[in-house]
Amino acid sequence: MAIFLTKDSKVIVQGMTGATGMKHTKLMLGDGTNIVGGVNPRKAGTSVDFDGTEVPVFGSVKEAMEKTGANVSVLFVPPAFSKAAVVEAIDAEIPLAVVITEGIAVHDSAAFWAYANEKGNKTRIIGPNCPGLITPGQSNAGIIPGDITKPGRIGLVSKSGTLTYQMMYELRDIGFSSAVGIGGDPVIGTTHIDALAAFEADPDTDLIVMIGEIGGDAEERAADFIKANVTKPVVGYVAGFTAPEGKTMGHAGAIVSGSSGTAQAKKEALEAAGVKVGKTPTETAKLAREILGA
Amino acid sequence: MDLFEYQARDLFAKHGVPVLAGEVIDTPEAAREATEKLGGKSVVKAQVKVGGRGKAGGVKLAADADEAVARATDILGMDIKGHTVHKVMIAELSPEIEAEYYVSYLLDRTNRTFLAMASVQGGMDIEEVAEKTPEALAKVPVDSNSGVDIAKAREIVAQAKFPADVAEGVAEALVTLWETFVAEDALLVEVNPLVKTKDGRILALDGKVSLDENADFRQPEHEALEDKDAANPLEAAAKAKNLNYVKLDGEVGIIGNGAGLVMSTLDVVAYAGENHGNVKPANFLDIGGGASAEVMANGLEIILGDPDVKSVFVNVFGGITACDEVANGIVQALALLESKGEKVEKPLVVRLDGNNAELGRKILSDANHPLVQRVDTMDGAADKAAELAAAAK
Repeated sequence: MAIFLTKDSKVIVQGMTGATGMKHTKLMLGDGTNIVGGVNPRKAGTSVDFDGTEVPVFGSVKEAMEKTGANVSVLFVPPAFSKAAVVEAIDAEIPLAVVITEGIAVHDSAAFWAYANEKGNKTRIIGPNCPGLITPGQSNAGIIPGDITKPGRIGLVSKSGTLTYQMMYELRDIGFSSAVGIGGDPVIGTTHIDALAAFEADPDTDLIVMIGEIGGDAEERAADFIKANVTKPVVGYVAGFTAPEGKTMGHAGAIVSGSSGTAQAKKEALEAAGVKVGKTPTETAKLAREILGA
Repeated sequence: MDLFEYQARDLFAKHGVPVLAGEVIDTPEAAREATEKLGGKSVVKAQVKVGGRGKAGGVKLAADADEAVARATDILGMDIKGHTVHKVMIAELSPEIEAEYYVSYLLDRTNRTFLAMASVQGGMDIEEVAEKTPEALAKVPVDSNSGVDIAKAREIVAQAKFPADVAEGVAEALVTLWETFVAEDALLVEVNPLVKTKDGRILALDGKVSLDENADFRQPEHEALEDKDAANPLEAAAKAKNLNYVKLDGEVGIIGNGAGLVMSTLDVVAYAGENHGNVKPANFLDIGGGASAEVMANGLEIILGDPDVKSVFVNVFGGITACDEVANGIVQALALLESKGEKVEKPLVVRLDGNNAELGRKILSDANHPLVQRVDTMDGAADKAAELAAAAK
């Protein structure tokens, strides 16, 4: 098992025929992902050859789902067109939409999130501004390097892409059930809490690593959730202790506003919920090792 | 991007939010003509992006044009909580005020929706109202897709318990304020105070607007609102090169890939600094996932040009971009800078991990650049960079 993504996932790529889409579709195929199609209304009916694998291009998400049984869409669509692309995925009721795109306007992400709610949340949205998710050895939906680590029993959820890679690398000898990058934007679909709940229910996950960063109160709410609902050990890391107030640190959502959203407050909330929080990524990995006795 | 009051006023006026006349000037003498245009009286208001300017003496009445010039002379150049006043707004005098209210729209990150906030206790710090009398601050979720029409605005007004005689006027102002919020891709629009005047008008007397820079692609007019004077010269130079850079006040220059890893790098350097004369990170710089030699050179150029920087820590995790490419990028970047006649004299500590790390490390070893040191763990490299910065301090 794993969360959200398995070897049985049938993946389509919205924006596959663009430069970024082409590059990462090839990498995802290389990691064993079952990619069943791309979506581009202007190139519908054609196909793209990825080192001998022919991937058909469909005119819409709906058509791709009807013809292939796709249940996951990965979006490499430029910011200006992302809202329409996500709305299309929601209308088609695809179970999972992974929005990799960075730089989507907040009014657009708030709009597609509200739309997903209105439509009964039949589509789980991961992202935007995220590296996607990987279930090592089974499937990779996004841009996480597939060769960092192997299948194993750690679950990981993170706001940051590169910290996800760093942590997977630190613990590469143990391996991961799934790693989910939920994204660094102020409005995201899947939260720490959603991933924590899924890992708690996943029989193949023994320990959860949760990576947060400054801005908002998602980590504090995750801490409350852990206290009430998570029985598996959780190890945490929070980035941005040295971030000055009022400055956006790379991710659109990574900003300390007044006294709220600080790394210190997040660390304290997590520790109060029994989460062991590392001072550095390496120390965090060490804490995970100690708990697993590995 | 946070705007000045006068810029907020202009955007409010553009979308029909009731405001008073106002003109921004940057020399005392210009206050004369601006005041005369307003009929001979004005309010001289310091334009700074910080609260509490009234208490600091940054808002003064002028009974005539001479007085306006005198007040503008006092206020221009004044320091308000560390912000130098470069501009003042010469504003129309408000009719006598009967009541002060508060209204705003903002992003509610927790609930992933927008939020209207309204209170009949305006004119003061709203965080104080929220803390001391939370019942006096109505918070009404606003669906992004249905927005605020007059019916929704009346609901907000009713929840905040506005008096009946102003309810309709405030509701109308709330509709136009929502239009501002959406049309300008704002993250925050706030009016404080929204006032009721003795002659029965509803007016936005002061406001704050924060704009979403991710929407710049469809907001071509927003670029002109940027406060280019105030930007740190290094930040401005980095922005011109499309680099994601924030100047900080330490001594260790930082370059990394990915926002989270760079934030983490700053923290790790600050911890290491505790053992090395308390040196701190000098900047945030994320060169992104696919960092080419050119991007690396641009980044290094900015950082080496910062006189506060005593050592540089390049912290890269090779993901999609392999470490050998990154290592080549560093070697080429140094050669590029030297060929441009820039002397590189500050020590660089480089940590490469991840995809093709061995090959990347070998490239650095073979290049054998006298200023480049390799340390293979993030914590170890941070310690070395802090040590070198402390030694050069």
